[in-house]
Amino acid sequence: MFGKVIGKRLLFSAFILIAVSLLVFGATLLLPGDAARAILGQQATPERIAALNEQLGLDQPAWQRYFTWLGGLFVGDFGTSSATGGSVGALLGDRIGASFILMGLAAIISVPLGIGLGVYQALHRGKRRDQAMTGVSLVLAAMPEFVIGIGLIAIFATSVFQILPAVTLAPPGEPVWNRPEQLILPTLTLILVVTPYIVRMMRATMIEVLDSGFVEMARLKGVPEKRVIMRHAVPHALGPVAQVVAIQLAWLAGGVVVVEFLFRYPGLGQALIDAVTYRDVQVVQAISMLVAAVYVVVNLAADVVGILTNPKLRSAA
Amino acid sequence: MSTDANSLDDLKSAATDAAEVPKESATTYVPFYKRVLAQKQGKIGLTITVVIVVLALCGPLLLPWATGNTATQFVTKPFSPYGLFGSDNLGRDVLSRFLAGGVTLIVYGVLATALGMIVGALVGMLAAYIGGTFDAVIMRINDVFLAIPQLVFALLAITVLGPQGWVLVTVIGLTHAPRIARVARSATLGVITEDYIKAAEMYAMPRWKVLIRELLPNITGPLSVEAGLRLTYSIGYIASLSFLGLGLQPPAADWGLMINENRIALSIQPWGVLLPVVAIALLTIGTNLLADSFARATASTSVEA
Repeated sequence: MFGKVIGKRLLFSAFILIAVSLLVFGATLLLPGDAARAILGQQATPERIAALNEQLGLDQPAWQRYFTWLGGLFVGDFGTSSATGGSVGALLGDRIGASFILMGLAAIISVPLGIGLGVYQALHRGKRRDQAMTGVSLVLAAMPEFVIGIGLIAIFATSVFQILPAVTLAPPGEPVWNRPEQLILPTLTLILVVTPYIVRMMRATMIEVLDSGFVEMARLKGVPEKRVIMRHAVPHALGPVAQVVAIQLAWLAGGVVVVEFLFRYPGLGQALIDAVTYRDVQVVQAISMLVAAVYVVVNLAADVVGILTNPKLRSAA
Repeated sequence: MSTDANSLDDLKSAATDAAEVPKESATTYVPFYKRVLAQKQGKIGLTITVVIVVLALCGPLLLPWATGNTATQFVTKPFSPYGLFGSDNLGRDVLSRFLAGGVTLIVYGVLATALGMIVGALVGMLAAYIGGTFDAVIMRINDVFLAIPQLVFALLAITVLGPQGWVLVTVIGLTHAPRIARVARSATLGVITEDYIKAAEMYAMPRWKVLIRELLPNITGPLSVEAGLRLTYSIGYIASLSFLGLGLQPPAADWGLMINENRIALSIQPWGVLLPVVAIALLTIGTNLLADSFARATASTSVEA
């Protein structure tokens, strides 16, 4: 039965991805003018335009191009960049790793941090430190990520202290992890944006769980307080939080764009902004699909965690 | 804000005299705005928001007093005769560009939020009210839109349609809509079984009238919270996009663009970056605090003493 539920979720995820691909591809049909003329310039002869159209497959009807494009995605062929003329896959290849390092670091640090702080706040609810932390998380949750990033640059890199690099200055081809000090500020920015939401959700569900009958029961039968919290309360509060964590991790895939631009970090986000500036549609499409795929996978994982942490679903589903 | 003892006693005696006095009048109902302002967050949030909005809207009117100066690049001394906060990368006065640069952000933010609220609330209410297949289809379409982060969606739209104001407002408003529709739908499902809805339907009130007159007034609480949150996010996204160079184009004065143009000189002339950064930060904090106080005000119909 458990497998059936997971199978259903998998099918639904596949449906979402297909629909997103239709949306992302459909957007290009709104593009004014034709791509071949944009590449070749105003002086191009009709023959050359026709030849390039054929080479790019633009002489085919839209649905045929859609299936060619979709088929290409499955085998890792993301098409040809209209700005550089090179393969989109090669352009994104090195950058995917760099972006995933940034997102992975932020996720690994902020998820346990958020859960820990949320539990701490719930245990001290109503006290001054709880209120202070609620205030701080409200403030952090409000600000756009580039505002937080610039604040960090002003404090740690330029105006107040000059202890950390303000931008990433890795020579092309060199892996970003060779200079860990350049990763600190971008990662910290992402952590400060993502953690407050996790803290708020964890605090709310934890308070609810702490007030419930089974926690009181555990206390009354003499279970040590530490065990009550770690074994009885926290696992129960994790289910709803997994959803918020998923939303935040999926947000990372989009939020990383601005942060990479701010710190000149050589990742997917930077490539996306360049592509938008040069109206390089193929690159924008490929990155949009990648981001949507990350979202779908992360959500699937959150659903599985939700099922595993809820005994009712685990056995009966 | 509890009712004082005298009037409460009056009400009680009135209630014993005439049995048909509705129960409502004896409760300590407090209007929404008073519930918001009774909280610290509400007061602080409203004050900050009003200050920044007034500054941004009146800024262009103050320009003649602040402008009128072109110096060499990055005059490093703020508070000098070159202008109160020095000049930027092209020798333009930072203070006057700051005063002129907030209007578009606020106008776009409000427009995008309004568009998202109208479309989202309508779709969500219709999905809940009609139900069945329509509801299922709408919510699946919602799920598809939710799979693409709003910023990435906006970037996709800008690639295709170009960085124009209406594109920013439309795409941010429309990507808010599925998120708002979820909230509107669940709020509507909460009130749809109430007797007054059934009564209205029995009187053969047209469907659209039931939606507008009976349902909408009863879900304003959750919708107001959502509006506050969405305004915060709208401002954030629009500022981010113009920071990325994809909003207003140079030489327009705009807070996000100013930050982008001046950040290379953060260490020698910080004011060109700090003024707009602080303004955007305060504005979003203000609207977020307001949204939070809306949420608390909605949770209880009266204020705890």
